[in-house]
Amino acid sequence: MAAHLKKRVYEEFTKVVQQQHEDLSTKKLRLTKPSKSAALHVDLCKATSPADALQYLLQFARKPVEVESVEGVVRILLEHYYKENDASVRLKIASLLGLLSKTAGFSPDCIMDDAINTLQNEKSHQVLAQLLDTLLVIGTKLPENPSVRMRLVEVACKHLTDSSHGVRNKCLQLIGCLGPVEKGVAKEAESQAAKDVQKIIGDHFNDQDPRVRTAAIKAMLQLHERGLKLQQAIYSQACKLLADDYEQVRSAAVQLIWVLSQLYPESIVPIPSSNEEIRLVDDAFGKICHMVSDGSWVVRVQAAKLLGSMQQVSSHFLEQTLDKKLMSDLRRKRTAHERAKELYSSGEFSSGRKWGDDAPKEEIDTGAVNLIESGACGAFVHGLEDEMYEVRIAAVEALCMLAQSSPSFAEKCLDFLVDMFNDEIEEVRLQSIHTMRKISNNITLREDQLDTVLAVLEDSSRDIREALHELLCCTNVSTKEGIHLALVELLKNLTKYPTDRESIWKCLKFLGSRHPTLVLPLVPELLSTHPFFDTPEPDMDDPAYIAVLVLIFNAAKSCPTMPALFSDHTFRHYAYLRDSLSHLVPPLRLPGRKLVSSAVSPSITPHEDPSQQFLHQSLERVYNFQHLDPQGIQELLEFTIRDLQRLGELQSELAGMADFTATYLQCQLLLIKALQEKLWNVAAPLYLKQNALASAAAKQILEETYKMEFMYSGVESRQVVIIHHMRLQAKALQLIVTARTTRGVEPLFGMCEKFLQEVDSFQRCFISELPHMQGSFVDKLLDLMPRLVTSKPSEVVKILQTTLRQSTFLHLPLPEQLHRATANIIEPTGESDNPLRFTSGLVVALDVDATLEHVQDPQGTVKVQVLYPDGQAQLIHPKPADFRNPGPGRHRLITQVYLSHTAWTEPCQIEVRLLLAYNSNKSKASTRIPKSTWSESLEALPPSENGIEGTIPFSKPVRVFIMPKPARR
Amino acid sequence: GAGQDVGRSCILVSIAGKNVMLDCGMHMGYNDDRRFPDFSYITQNGRLTDFLDCVIISHFHLDHCGALPYFSEMVGYDGPIYMTHPTKAICPILLEDYRKITVDKKGETNFFTSQMIKDCMKKVVAVHLHQTVQVDEELEIKAYYAGHVLGAAMFQIKVGCESVVYTGDYNMTPDRHLGAAWIDKCRPDLLISESTYATTIRDSKRCRERDFLKKVHETVERGGKVLIPVFALGRAQELCILLETFWERMNLKAPIYFSTGLTEKANHYYKLFITWTNQKIRKTFVQRNMFEFKHIKAFDRAFADNPGPMVVFATPGMLHAGQSLQIFRKWAGNEKNMVIMPGYCVQGTVGHKILSGQRKLEMEGRQILEVKMQVEYMSFSAHADAKGIMQLIRQAEPRSVLLVHGEAKKMEFLKQKIEQEFHVSCYMPANGETTTVLTNPCIPVDISLGLLKRETAIGPLPDAKKPKLMHGTLLMKDNSFRLVSPEQALKELGLAEHQLRFTCRVHIQDPRKEHETGLRVYNHLKGILKDYSVQHLPDGSITVESILIQATAHSEDQGTKVLLVSWTYQDEELGSYLTSLLKKGLPQSTP
Repeated sequence: MAAHLKKRVYEEFTKVVQQQHEDLSTKKLRLTKPSKSAALHVDLCKATSPADALQYLLQFARKPVEVESVEGVVRILLEHYYKENDASVRLKIASLLGLLSKTAGFSPDCIMDDAINTLQNEKSHQVLAQLLDTLLVIGTKLPENPSVRMRLVEVACKHLTDSSHGVRNKCLQLIGCLGPVEKGVAKEAESQAAKDVQKIIGDHFNDQDPRVRTAAIKAMLQLHERGLKLQQAIYSQACKLLADDYEQVRSAAVQLIWVLSQLYPESIVPIPSSNEEIRLVDDAFGKICHMVSDGSWVVRVQAAKLLGSMQQVSSHFLEQTLDKKLMSDLRRKRTAHERAKELYSSGEFSSGRKWGDDAPKEEIDTGAVNLIESGACGAFVHGLEDEMYEVRIAAVEALCMLAQSSPSFAEKCLDFLVDMFNDEIEEVRLQSIHTMRKISNNITLREDQLDTVLAVLEDSSRDIREALHELLCCTNVSTKEGIHLALVELLKNLTKYPTDRESIWKCLKFLGSRHPTLVLPLVPELLSTHPFFDTPEPDMDDPAYIAVLVLIFNAAKSCPTMPALFSDHTFRHYAYLRDSLSHLVPPLRLPGRKLVSSAVSPSITPHEDPSQQFLHQSLERVYNFQHLDPQGIQELLEFTIRDLQRLGELQSELAGMADFTATYLQCQLLLIKALQEKLWNVAAPLYLKQNALASAAAKQILEETYKMEFMYSGVESRQVVIIHHMRLQAKALQLIVTARTTRGVEPLFGMCEKFLQEVDSFQRCFISELPHMQGSFVDKLLDLMPRLVTSKPSEVVKILQTTLRQSTFLHLPLPEQLHRATANIIEPTGESDNPLRFTSGLVVALDVDATLEHVQDPQGTVKVQVLYPDGQAQLIHPKPADFRNPGPGRHRLITQVYLSHTAWTEPCQIEVRLLLAYNSNKSKASTRIPKSTWSESLEALPPSENGIEGTIPFSKPVRVFIMPKPARR
Repeated sequence: GAGQDVGRSCILVSIAGKNVMLDCGMHMGYNDDRRFPDFSYITQNGRLTDFLDCVIISHFHLDHCGALPYFSEMVGYDGPIYMTHPTKAICPILLEDYRKITVDKKGETNFFTSQMIKDCMKKVVAVHLHQTVQVDEELEIKAYYAGHVLGAAMFQIKVGCESVVYTGDYNMTPDRHLGAAWIDKCRPDLLISESTYATTIRDSKRCRERDFLKKVHETVERGGKVLIPVFALGRAQELCILLETFWERMNLKAPIYFSTGLTEKANHYYKLFITWTNQKIRKTFVQRNMFEFKHIKAFDRAFADNPGPMVVFATPGMLHAGQSLQIFRKWAGNEKNMVIMPGYCVQGTVGHKILSGQRKLEMEGRQILEVKMQVEYMSFSAHADAKGIMQLIRQAEPRSVLLVHGEAKKMEFLKQKIEQEFHVSCYMPANGETTTVLTNPCIPVDISLGLLKRETAIGPLPDAKKPKLMHGTLLMKDNSFRLVSPEQALKELGLAEHQLRFTCRVHIQDPRKEHETGLRVYNHLKGILKDYSVQHLPDGSITVESILIQATAHSEDQGTKVLLVSWTYQDEELGSYLTSLLKKGLPQSTP
């Protein structure tokens, strides 16, 4: 055998040498490759001691091996394997075999037989386990070969009786990953003595080693994941494993039970110790609930998580999880929740609690009290009280999922969720608030519950408060007192944390529009109107007053009787707010007043929205301008841009779209203007100064195109093409301008070549889009391409100039959703006159708090820039953890920026702003186009050309006073 | 002590010849000799040190350690005393305080002195959690976390393969500063558990906390003052943390005061023993130690008259004397103020009176104090409730349970439940009563490796879950057991081997010749015993493994053949099987 192998090795070796001669001239890299296996062979032969050999192997493992030489290397390794006496070297060889067979493009079936053969004589358990691991790798590499898999499984079955846990572990893993999944295959294979894999694995549920038991369960789960339907008989086995001594086993068993409960929810299982029978899913639910009070927190987390996804459980089981029968001295006691409810329903509220208020009532029959085995009983009560916050979070999540599917359960779990608002760990509080928001459709808050919810408004954490505002946006309140309470608390919140203004207003907007009838009776009180006396007019700039008005106006929208209660100044204030805070104040039909927005019917049908119509109409007009004279085109464009910008300001939902198109039109306008310049008609070198405009235009267009590409979310490949096209035009313009202004031809050569390359790559990237671009610049350019390649730079420029002037304006299709990335720096406010003093040379930390909207992947792209008065700029990359994601499309950046400078004589302002970094390399277009073209274009293009990195400022700069003091000596 | 009773915990355990005393507490209810356990139970004559192997203290509450100086210094015990590090640190403070009250205030004599406390503490050996301490060669103890108070521990006492777990006081629900009790599946022979709340299942602690915070918050917002009478250690720290975090969260400014003295020292220890606290405190102490209170300051007598809202923690907890009572008298007249009683109050104290709704109190000097302030009751308790006890039993899986530290009537209920649900025996002895728990001790035997390998090689592969039958010789020599192969045993003992053979005659009716019968028997056995080597020897006898079968004609009746079956005692099983097989006769074969 060994001799045969050796022969094969040398065959390969010689073949390799021949290759050397062939490829010597062209590809140098290939030269060294084949010698690798040979080198290894030589090394291994040289090795005098096992330690040496091990060193060689370790070194060898660090370098990658090419696909062609893998087989050769494997042969050499195997040969040494048979010769080697030291187990550690064999182990390394075995692991190398696995690594090698992972090499992409290498089909390991040729080495499988050898690998299996090695198993036979192996004595060391560790090496055996490693070899099985290698087999597993081989098996997973050959998914389409059932017979190979069968063979491997058979091998694994044979080694299942090994006395080492490691070997059995690997065998089970192998069976789990490779075992036959389809029933048909299993039947066929029965002739080959391959038994039912499930049974084989099931037998190892009772293995003496906990690691093997875990591996067996994992293998079973693996089979399930691969699509095998597990047998119901396993259920009882799995239930026994729940009482295992080892946490990994219990944890895996919980998973297995969950899987089974999802597979056979409706089958009936008997309850031991009684004649009753229940549904399997209920039984499993009870068992998993039981594990929520397990000794190991890993298991508890696991159990609590899985509970959430068991939605077929019958409702009375579900409700039990929240019920923990209280008793005191054997008498039934009501929970605090029940008491609160009763208090509420009896109409008596906020009575001080007396001692003995919770005095237990009726006697309990001692026999009927089940202290522990009642399964589901109180599982969530325990889970929510758990010591580890991981368990609590998991329990809250599970509650959320269950409550979403069952309204009655949602109603019941409310009390518990409200309690979680007071958890000691902020994450848990936040999670429970979010949960509550998610289930808020199903619930109505009672007054006492609302009270506790609102108490959290004073929390010093901004995240918590904002989450709570979001929650209040979508809660249902049952009484007018509730609304009043909420308003009072929100106003308190407003005075305590004025920065929450926007969020509170928004919250009140929804609160008002949700409960118009409840707000109605409160109106006189809220506006402090009096039937006889005129009350003083409130201050219009008071945020609290605005908050009240927002609530009332939003309620008034669906309650026509309300405006009758307004006093004069309220109407005036309405008009003011409608204009200044149009996103918060809805249009109202007010008596005796021509409704401003009456012409524009309320936007019930969004697709017939007139503003959208307007947008499309104006664009339509622009695209049909061909017949106009240049002057007319310019004017039209200017007007349209103005219109669009105004539209974007007015209609927030259309802002992205309007801005996007406006920017595009702006580019076009610049292009037209630049081309209209008189200088084109004059002999080139004479009018150097005039070029300023054209080259500035080219530069600006380039900038704008980058903005268009990277600042908007929802841009599709159709738009990207057009953006790139515009950029190409700008580059052409640049080329023309430079050609006109520079004397001499040499620099032009390079530029022309570069430009042509760009055209080339454009064509390759957007080949699929080209048919849509009839008559465009690129279209014409590509027609002329053969001519361009051969002609001189001056000619190229000439051709470019004419095509640029003749080319038509491309129609920019609008995507469904387009949002402009915006950022707003909340902190620092820039209003402070107190300079931030620090000793020069040391650092000071500046807290930056900003909201980002519609930014994709903010962790990678958003940067903070600090501009010092001396022009020095500093770019800071915030940590990924500084970004939070409160809602879809929204991000919050809360970070610290470290500032430092040498001493100044007096305080001065620095500018802080947010930048959006982009890299044209990672352009959206390139990720969208098919992979093959992408990789080709990558290879062809020099990397320096491709990676244009830049930043776009996308927030208003904020000025901060700082004062570095000289250090005291 | 502590048998069907709360207080004066003191339990004596004899396990495999070792004597261990668990806790050494005093009783709050008595002021005479009954306040300490009766140590004459242990031994009438002779020193305690000779009799007891060690003393274990579970935590620093006086009803678990109050009698310790008396026991070790006045009665006389010099052996080791085990407790956890925090207990060792805090225990002397409490003992000293206790001594001061009894000696200085009540003027008792014949009480232990400060020096005695110090001497006693010198005998203490501190243990870490989950550290196995070898008391002597056989006795080992191990501490588990118990919640309840800082440093409270459950102890596992193990001698050989017999073990007892003593829980001390424990809490299965975590609170603001401590985690929940935890024990592994150690399967002790006996679990000695407290049962203070044997018949109670408590509501979620969150409601209680929320109520508490809400009330304090409302009163402070109204501008009122809140008085919280507490005992110096344990609950006080939990409430402090609760208020501290709440103040932090809500950005409240009203001052919180803590009456000085004991507490400051105790807080210091809480700061030190962060590892004994709960997850939140352990995780955040790097940034800030939760016990370094930002909002809570030391109280001064003069502060009580300050205007504006404030919250004051004052000792003692039942408003019967001291600072808390003084403050109460100052504030009682204002309805804006509030007093919150966080624990149970003994009858006769001011605390109990106001809780039961009395509004006019007669103070010393015939003053009538009208209570206008609000009175609230909040129960924060750190004992496991019935469900918690059951949960611990489930975790530890003991073979029997013994209940202490609770009232007899309540224990009865729990006992019944435990027996019903876990099917283990449960005891609840009264003070002075001895309960004997039978254990099933296992005796370890050394086996020579050669023999083990040889024996496991025979037959099917070993299955660890099932007992396996082995052949060997048990040698009992100088108090040790060894299992060796017979040959070695013979060699060691210097005995000659005796062969023991069983022979048996089986009569078969067979008219044929002897060797023909032999052949038939051979064929028959060959057909049946496929797995064994059956040989037909040239002299006409048959061997099955080592068993010899010979067929001879009967001396009188030629038609009857006698089969002589002979086997050694090692092959007893096979031999008797063969005989019974042959007795059934040969199959009627047609020749």
